[in-house]
Amino acid sequence: MTLANRFILLVGLAPILAAQQTPVAVVGAHVIPITGPEFDNGVLVVEGGKIVGVGPAASTKIPDNARRIDGSGKILMPGLIDSHSHIGSPAGGDGSAPIQPDVRVLDAVNVRNARIQKAQAGGITTANVMPGSGHLLSGQTLYLKLKDGRTIDDLLIHLPDGRIAGGMKMANGTNSRRQPPFPGTRAKSAALVREQYVKAEEYRDKIRKAAGDASKLPPRDLNLEALVEVLDGKRVVQFHTHRHDDILTVIRLANEFHFKVVLHHVSDAWMVADQIAAAHVPVSLIVIDSPGGKIEAKDVSFTSGAALEKAGVLVGFHTDDPITDSRLFLRSAALAVRAGMSRDKALYGLTMANARILELQDRIGSLEAGKDADFILLSGDPLSVYTHVLETWVEGVKVFDRSDPKDYLYAVGGYGASHDQDDMSFEDEEKEEEGE
Amino acid sequence: MRRHGLILAGLAFGAAPALLVAQLAVRGDKIYTMSGAPITDGVVLVRGSKIERVGPASQISIPSDYKLLRAKVVTPGLVDAHSTVGLSGYLNQPHDQDMLEKSAPIQPELRAIDAYDGRERLVGYLRGLGVTTIHTGHGPGALVSGQTMIAKTAYDNVEQATIVPLAMVAATLGEGARAEAGKSPGTRAKMIAMLREEFIKAQEYSKKREKPASEKDKDKEPPARDLRTEMMARIVKGEVPLLVTVHRANDILSTIRLGQEFHLKIVLDGAAEAYLVLPEIKASGYPVILHPTMYRADGETENLSMITATKLRDAGIPFALQSGFEGYVPKTRVILFEAAIAAANGLSFEEALASITSSAAKIIGVWDRVGSLESGKDGDLALYDGDPFEYTTHSTGVVIDGQVVSTARN
Repeated sequence: MTLANRFILLVGLAPILAAQQTPVAVVGAHVIPITGPEFDNGVLVVEGGKIVGVGPAASTKIPDNARRIDGSGKILMPGLIDSHSHIGSPAGGDGSAPIQPDVRVLDAVNVRNARIQKAQAGGITTANVMPGSGHLLSGQTLYLKLKDGRTIDDLLIHLPDGRIAGGMKMANGTNSRRQPPFPGTRAKSAALVREQYVKAEEYRDKIRKAAGDASKLPPRDLNLEALVEVLDGKRVVQFHTHRHDDILTVIRLANEFHFKVVLHHVSDAWMVADQIAAAHVPVSLIVIDSPGGKIEAKDVSFTSGAALEKAGVLVGFHTDDPITDSRLFLRSAALAVRAGMSRDKALYGLTMANARILELQDRIGSLEAGKDADFILLSGDPLSVYTHVLETWVEGVKVFDRSDPKDYLYAVGGYGASHDQDDMSFEDEEKEEEGE
Repeated sequence: MRRHGLILAGLAFGAAPALLVAQLAVRGDKIYTMSGAPITDGVVLVRGSKIERVGPASQISIPSDYKLLRAKVVTPGLVDAHSTVGLSGYLNQPHDQDMLEKSAPIQPELRAIDAYDGRERLVGYLRGLGVTTIHTGHGPGALVSGQTMIAKTAYDNVEQATIVPLAMVAATLGEGARAEAGKSPGTRAKMIAMLREEFIKAQEYSKKREKPASEKDKDKEPPARDLRTEMMARIVKGEVPLLVTVHRANDILSTIRLGQEFHLKIVLDGAAEAYLVLPEIKASGYPVILHPTMYRADGETENLSMITATKLRDAGIPFALQSGFEGYVPKTRVILFEAAIAAANGLSFEEALASITSSAAKIIGVWDRVGSLESGKDGDLALYDGDPFEYTTHSTGVVIDGQVVSTARN
């Protein structure tokens, strides 16, 4: 690398984005750490974008140079994690084929999309941004930190092995049933998926057999490379599925090819909770105000959260924004509590459960020393309709403040609150993704 | 039909058949009557299909033969000021979508009662959450899409369910009314031009049908009866309100201009940008049935706000909330949930409750029967185990026309 190149690289990577400089201490709030019991009059100390201390005021040291944020009368909890969102209007695979693992949402997200600001207003600090469900496999998803980014690079999460964090979006049921080359039936859908995974296994075996000898490697195939990441457990399959039998089909496929999978939406979850539990598969649940809207969601129920909890399934919630509004993400957990889910598991479902679903449990999802300083301040109990998100912080930087008029506009709406949106109207998007 | 049945039975036995008349007492820690201050530890007595008495428990003794229901909070049965449920089914397949007919842009002759399905699952779903009256019918999506009706959510049978067979005629201005390329209306100006022409035609039609012919024309036949023009004539005479779904500020002003030219009775519906033209709406005297608070901000509704209800309140404009029309998931919204978000964004508890009870009943014209707990009104009540707007509160009972239709904990 020449010096000039190195210079360009350094400039290119220079942190244009605001990073936390001085330590911050949130003092006096009621703390819901998620991984431990709640406590009053707490202190959270964050430095360099990380949590360095959290605990009761009496026993938590605040650095002398820390900027103090008054949390008295407020609730402090980890930033919310949305395990299934379409903010940034990510379009994935096109209409050419039902299986397109080579397609990356990385190449499609508009970071200036107003729905990202609205998600911040809802207290969401990390989101799994997914392509739609109109394909058996619509592409690679992205786990994004909802910073105020100028470019997509500002929002990416880099894993220890250098890869960019993200999953693989798959779907079954009716959304991916279309005119050829798309499948016409459920059995055909499963057959096409199996065929592709068999190819990926063979491709992986060739690579293994080559044992590093470049002359013996098969020609590069972007589709199969991405599926090998799935087979190797480096990329979790985030699987859209609704009907009870389709849910079991997902489990059957995951068992056959040994891939890691999370069930998404799962309208009929309450019918097959025990089978889901037996398969040790997590669920990312949607909460919808009324049944129907599509045939597969005809039996969707607020009771799924409680049924899955009882069966012992790991349950996270998601917005599926724009299907539900990111600004009201707390509401999903609250409605699950209405139908019998425990408060603890519901709050876990907005945070830690989704951290585990995204395999980011070591970095996010709870207020613990060493984790990313992603947190929110609430005006009241997280399960109350009257509660507002007051502030949202990502890695020690405040990205939303309800008392700031510009941020307030995103929080409640109004003239210009949706500007910076791309041209895709919701109706178009619905067709593109065939929705939830 | 139910009431007729009771009357016939009464005649047959020569006296009011006490055993057949529902006698119900609902006791609530808090009763929001919506016709006065809330009552702490109150009682509502219901006899037959009507409310008999409302007051503090200390002043009303509950007769021993009355069935007793208890709840923490009691409100009037909720009134959804605008829905399409019963015409738009929950499966969202062509066979259960009867809220929009696209063959012509103006079809006010389409009756809601010819399409309403009381057995539709969403009707029961809304009922289970306390919604007892719905103003439903033809939806947005055509310049004039058809008629609306008002129904009680208790009955499978449309004849039994209907309390107002023709409530309003639904119209849409803006993107929703735009026809496919090459067909009319293709522009906003064309939409208004078409409506003006139809109203003038309707005025002339009425004149010819109703007034005695002049000496010169007395041998001419009056124009043949035309259902479409006949209904336009009823609108232009102010007999039937025009429910105009309109979101953008300029389209709201066009609606007011049209309404003033023909002296129409107009109800503004949706009205995402109402906050930009509050003085004009106030001056028009038109009430607003506001979009659901959680409605999606997109396209023409991109500028909607969760605090518009507070701005309408501050401007003194009568308004109600609605569940509206949904083309996808969720297939219907629930006014209880929509009012809750309005209450969390600036409306007081009682203002938010009024937007789905008393104000809604007044705007859709059924205040004489529903929307408050007062003696003589329909026995429609909603029971809750806490603040009805809290996410974690449950609906614990629903009473319609004096009949307990749900005791489920929803």
